[in-house]
Amino acid sequence: MKNLVILGAGTSGTMMSNHLISKLPKDEWTITIVDQYKTHYYQPGFLFLPFDIYTSKQVKKNGKKFIPKQVNYILEKIDLIRPEENKINLESGTTLDYDILIIATGTKIAPDEIEGMNGPEWYKSIFDFYTYEGAKALRNKLREWEGGKLVVHITEMPIKCPVAPLEFAFLADSYFKNKGIRDKVEITYVTPLGGAFTKPKATEALHYLLEEKNIKEVTDFNIERVDYENHKIIDYADVEVDYDLLVTVPTNMGDALIERSGMGDDLNFVPTHKATLQTKDYENVFAIGDATNLPASKAGSVAHFEAEILTDNILRYIKGEPLKEEFDGHANCFVETGNGKALLIDFNYTHEPVEGTFPIPGVGPLKLLKESRTNHMGKMAFRWIYWNMLIKGIHIPFVSATMNEKGKKFDKVTN
Amino acid sequence: MIKVIANKEIEVNDEGYLVDFKQWDREVCECIAGECNVVLTEKHYEVIEYLQEKHKKEEPLSIRGIKKSGVINIKEFYNLFPGGPLKISTKIAGIPKPKSCI
Repeated sequence: MKNLVILGAGTSGTMMSNHLISKLPKDEWTITIVDQYKTHYYQPGFLFLPFDIYTSKQVKKNGKKFIPKQVNYILEKIDLIRPEENKINLESGTTLDYDILIIATGTKIAPDEIEGMNGPEWYKSIFDFYTYEGAKALRNKLREWEGGKLVVHITEMPIKCPVAPLEFAFLADSYFKNKGIRDKVEITYVTPLGGAFTKPKATEALHYLLEEKNIKEVTDFNIERVDYENHKIIDYADVEVDYDLLVTVPTNMGDALIERSGMGDDLNFVPTHKATLQTKDYENVFAIGDATNLPASKAGSVAHFEAEILTDNILRYIKGEPLKEEFDGHANCFVETGNGKALLIDFNYTHEPVEGTFPIPGVGPLKLLKESRTNHMGKMAFRWIYWNMLIKGIHIPFVSATMNEKGKKFDKVTN
Repeated sequence: MIKVIANKEIEVNDEGYLVDFKQWDREVCECIAGECNVVLTEKHYEVIEYLQEKHKKEEPLSIRGIKKSGVINIKEFYNLFPGGPLKISTKIAGIPKPKSCI
């Protein structure tokens, strides 16, 4: 018997176990998946948890439910990958041998990277919403907060779901309006990039949202430290932004396991071929989702498209055939804009988000880069799709792994 | 759009960033730097080469990445390219400015 081992049972790992169990001959291959946590979180729901739109129960389920029964599921911390010997050390001392390895260990927030962030005020006046704990603590804070300066802040790129902080600012505007205290809240969006929107088409089509919702923008802000005693964030050019409530997206880093195993870049992401998903250093090791260093968005939709292509490439690798260089960086994301509306964006490595229709060219029903209630319904329906189709590896009709250029208004290719 | 830089027809985007890195050379670089009120020194070129190398490897650029680069510290980086150092240095280096997905 040969062994295929998947590290991480999040969105990517769970999808891969479902895809591969039906594709690999059972008399030749054993599939093993390892994760230290028993809970599978619906991470897009972390955006809604702070505003009491979702309950904590709606964003978590027992991970075991989604792993096929024929897959060997190990609930344990991974100590080390030994890629030269094709072995994995688990914390208990058990060693796993593999013929093929898939790294799906994701990305984590690293608030320790910034002085003063993960200090005495963490989860008191400084919060993240990229973890279940952070989103829940923030929900409790918002329930009792009476207003002041809300700062929504990105530490540095790349981050998981790059539009989430912007969605957070939009939803905060709606939340405080509904509570009748919008006039007591000043919302400021602070980014290390040149703007809240960074691509020409999106800036043109969407900048009105910031003005309409009275959200201030502070751009090119590269945080050096948090002065938690005086409630300020300070950047390298000594620009200061005052806050009463800081909602930050800390530095995102790959799992410490990747660093321990000497397999990552500066941020512990695994160097991976962007079109095949094979790692650059080991031909029998593949990586998927947030764990890679791909210049694509770190998002569930990207992992979903990657999973279809990676499944094909693993089958090709087993047969000794050349890998298909097919992954184009395709991402497809709903962007909540508040007041029961959302946008939909579709893009890849080379095309920026443009206007058009999705998923059926010329028909829709969803419209790209435009606010609508239908798009919001789509985002809400997506939670069902996630639990019932996406992570189980069931193909979503009309949605292809590579980007479809039909029905979209392209006028140029960007870089 | 086409812009004449250093007497050459160069394709740039709406914000003046080069669309095709192959059109970049030191003369083009000097001209863009002039427009940004930056007088280039050898240290500037060291940073530019580092940024271009990162871009070639498709690695994301960040200020804290600069700190780990070993080429320059962050305060010096701000001194060399005052204003928005990443925004300005990438323009001079002929590579796209760091951006998000939207």
